[in-house]
Amino acid sequence: MQHRIGKATRLVALTAGAMLALSACGGGSVSDAKKANESKAAAAGGECGDLKIILNPWVGYTADAYVVGEVAKEKLGCNVSYVDLKEGGPSYEALKSGDGDVIMEEWSHAEELAAGIADGSAVDLGSPGNVGIIGWYVPGWLAEEHPDILDYKNLNKYAKNFATSESKGKGQFLGSDPTYTQYDEAIVKNLKLNFNVVFAGGETATVEAFKKAQSKKQWLIGYFWEPQYVHAEVALKRVMLPPYTEGCDADKAKVACDYAETELKKVASKAFMDSGSTGAKLVQAFTWTNEDQNLVAKYITADKMTPEEAAKKWIADNADKVDAWLK
Amino acid sequence: MSVGVEAQRPQAVGAEPKDKRPVPRWAWVLVVIAVWIAIWSLTKGKDTLVLAGSDLTALHTKMAEIANGIGENPVARGLADGINVLVDWLRRLVSLPTPPSPAPTIGWLGVAAIATWIGYAVANWRIALLVAASMISFGIFGFWQDSIDLLVVTAVSVVFAVVLGFGFAIWIGISERAARYITLGLDLLQTLPTFVYLIPVVILFGVGAPAAVMCTLAYALPPIIRIAGFGIREVSPTVIEATNSLGQTTWQRLWKVQVPLARKTIIVGLNQTILAALSMAIIASYVNGPGLGKPVLQALTQNDFGRGLVPGLLIVVMGIMLDRTTTAASERAERVARGGGGNPKRRRIALGAGLAAVAVAVWYSTYDLAAAVFPKNELGSRIADMFNAAMEAVVNALDVPATGFKNAISYGLLNPMQSLLADSPWWLAFAAIFAIAVVIGGRKAVVPAFVALVLIRVLGLWNNSMIVLNMTLVATLLVMAMALVFGVWMARSHRADLAIRPILDAGQTIPAFVYLIPVLALFGPTRFTAIVAGIVYAAPAAIKLVADGVKSVNPGTIEASRSVGATTWQEISKVQLPMAKGSLVLATNQGLLYVLSMVVIGGLVGAQALGYDVVYGIAHSEYSGKGLAAGLSISLLGIMIDRVARSAADRAGTTLDTAVRGRLGKAATKK
Repeated sequence: MQHRIGKATRLVALTAGAMLALSACGGGSVSDAKKANESKAAAAGGECGDLKIILNPWVGYTADAYVVGEVAKEKLGCNVSYVDLKEGGPSYEALKSGDGDVIMEEWSHAEELAAGIADGSAVDLGSPGNVGIIGWYVPGWLAEEHPDILDYKNLNKYAKNFATSESKGKGQFLGSDPTYTQYDEAIVKNLKLNFNVVFAGGETATVEAFKKAQSKKQWLIGYFWEPQYVHAEVALKRVMLPPYTEGCDADKAKVACDYAETELKKVASKAFMDSGSTGAKLVQAFTWTNEDQNLVAKYITADKMTPEEAAKKWIADNADKVDAWLK
Repeated sequence: MSVGVEAQRPQAVGAEPKDKRPVPRWAWVLVVIAVWIAIWSLTKGKDTLVLAGSDLTALHTKMAEIANGIGENPVARGLADGINVLVDWLRRLVSLPTPPSPAPTIGWLGVAAIATWIGYAVANWRIALLVAASMISFGIFGFWQDSIDLLVVTAVSVVFAVVLGFGFAIWIGISERAARYITLGLDLLQTLPTFVYLIPVVILFGVGAPAAVMCTLAYALPPIIRIAGFGIREVSPTVIEATNSLGQTTWQRLWKVQVPLARKTIIVGLNQTILAALSMAIIASYVNGPGLGKPVLQALTQNDFGRGLVPGLLIVVMGIMLDRTTTAASERAERVARGGGGNPKRRRIALGAGLAAVAVAVWYSTYDLAAAVFPKNELGSRIADMFNAAMEAVVNALDVPATGFKNAISYGLLNPMQSLLADSPWWLAFAAIFAIAVVIGGRKAVVPAFVALVLIRVLGLWNNSMIVLNMTLVATLLVMAMALVFGVWMARSHRADLAIRPILDAGQTIPAFVYLIPVLALFGPTRFTAIVAGIVYAAPAAIKLVADGVKSVNPGTIEASRSVGATTWQEISKVQLPMAKGSLVLATNQGLLYVLSMVVIGGLVGAQALGYDVVYGIAHSEYSGKGLAAGLSISLLGIMIDRVARSAADRAGTTLDTAVRGRLGKAATKK
């Protein structure tokens, strides 16, 4: 027994020693770092307080959120936090409860937005400058080998090639995440296309499917959109549907036209906008382009930067744009 | 079959004598299926109750109204605020920096030292070492803050679960009737996909820590109630009678006899509750719950397998750390209660010295930045890149055979079976499933099967329920094929058991979200991908059950069969497997339930049907009723399958005791 305790003490001492050794490298004291942070916040005015940015799970959105967040932190001294939530219902609940201050990239939840405005919990801040393009896409190799496939009228000719184990004998059209705006089933039916819509179920699954279709030269047609980071890695070509005209998508069951271009929206909590925080002014002023967003998204996905690093790099390279938001 | 074996076979386990049952059960099942196919060929495509993705029934609209009408509730809000304050305080103490300070109150070195000391205090130096190594791995791989956040949320949830759960467990322990109702409630809680109650939880408790704690609690509560309640009930009646004769009250008996005697089982319940709480890490991150789920989900949105696998494996590390610590703590408590546990004086000295070291470490961690914030390094990132490279190589190498296998199963099994189940008129499928349930489960299965089927019909998602049932059956078939091969192998070879078991443990604890990317890369967004995800999760439990069942076959019987010259194959197929029949039934039951618990995740990777409906309901408030109906349908399928399999197990001669233990295994790891 004595032997065991001796061994135990030795081991505990060893562990403690190892931990101390690990921490001994690097340097600086905690209080120095704290003072540096304090003076930074004081220099920025320190009138921001908390900024809780809702973070919906896709990379383009992450780019929006972290660029605004880093600017708020570095230039305004805000205490920034990110609230990870699914888009739609959960995000609007967070605006209402005060758990989140702003949604940076709202695509399509018209009902939730209207309800939020009606009960006084949400305000529409207009566009972050990004335009959402939704459409039918095929992998680049397919467009090269069969250029006529880019016209919907020729799709039936190729329907057989698109068949999979899931598509019940017809061609497979790959739908995407259940939370997205989609009426492909109606379009397929109303354009009399010999296809069956199969839902991939999520962005991850959709992206994997297109990546694989391009690298293995598989037949694939499906719902896709811009801005999306994977366009930088995989060539995707858009299939022309009958062009969108005002109101052609009014009755969701009778849609027979392409998707409308969507001005994306920033939506914020009313209480937050009324608070007079300098962070609220920044959120209101923030605007950039699809190219900007794709660049930051590429830093994150292809260059493997953390979202903070990616945002910092873009901010450093685009001082003029950032300054315009802070005027 | 050799005569010697027949004579040796104990009646309780084996089949009844042949002359009593001329037609075996499986033959009746075949008859039902034959009749089903005959009627199906004439009526196929009629009354299939297909409901398009965007369609709703009146009931769904009604349910959505009720769900959306929940609104805020002052009691729930008060509770949420309380949890928020508590979790925020704990996080600022050990994980979350309070600006402008760059570090939490106690830096990483201090936290690691405290955890290590606790490991020694509740168990022994080996556990202390394990804890220290785990803590350092959290930091070295670059996820210190997320890991400690997860520990905090898990700890708070488990404390709630223990306080609440123990009350219910005692209630179950003293009242037969309460046991029955509570068990039904727990079944519902455990089979209802967690995604379903994300929205009500968010409405009632807001997002972040309170929502995470509530979701985790809902999931972690059942194991402790079931297992602790079971332990209290199972205290030997002789002991109770003996102490009753001393004239004790019910409460005296409970506190002085039943609870202390059930202590070991109660600790097993605690252990299972902790692991269940950990398995909610990812789901909690969907509602901004702090912890390791966040980096896993973030990696998923970037299709970056490696960067999700690293935090995913750290969840496994945390699971191992907590599992071994609680187990060792209970063993130590047992020893101490019996007067063992080493020299208390020496131990006190070691603990005191340790405490002094901890105090130094804590102080140092508030002083030096490198001891406060874990120093950054590239290790995690480099390992993630290695994982990605490995995945690419494997996916490329397996691409052709994988696609071939997927197509063979899809065209050969999934599609024809789906045609029979989902293209039958609903009344035909209803009648056929009911008939099969009764043939397999006997009289006891009549009521649960009928009620479950009626409710599924009423919920209005019949067609999608049949599609899900089909996928579940095919997946379970594959699970059982694997369970038989690996289970028998493990039972017969100790070395195989040693090599395979850790892989199985990892398969059960690693979050499914981590391995979705390679599975998608191999099989694309299809039902088969969902099935594979279900198999990875379900096969380990089934394999273990089969292995343990086969292992426990009386060695004397095997000796006897060998002495009459049975070949290895005969030994397995005529002796070991038939005698482990009860375990096989239980393994099938567990396999089915595990697979079913993956339906919603399957919906995220191309499985459509009920999983898709659930996710759709989360994002679109007007569809929340349909999402709820889909969740309940999954739950009903699960409860029906469970009840039928359990009555089948009873008929196969498995005792209630093993059946309950089987359920405990399920409680341990279901997501």
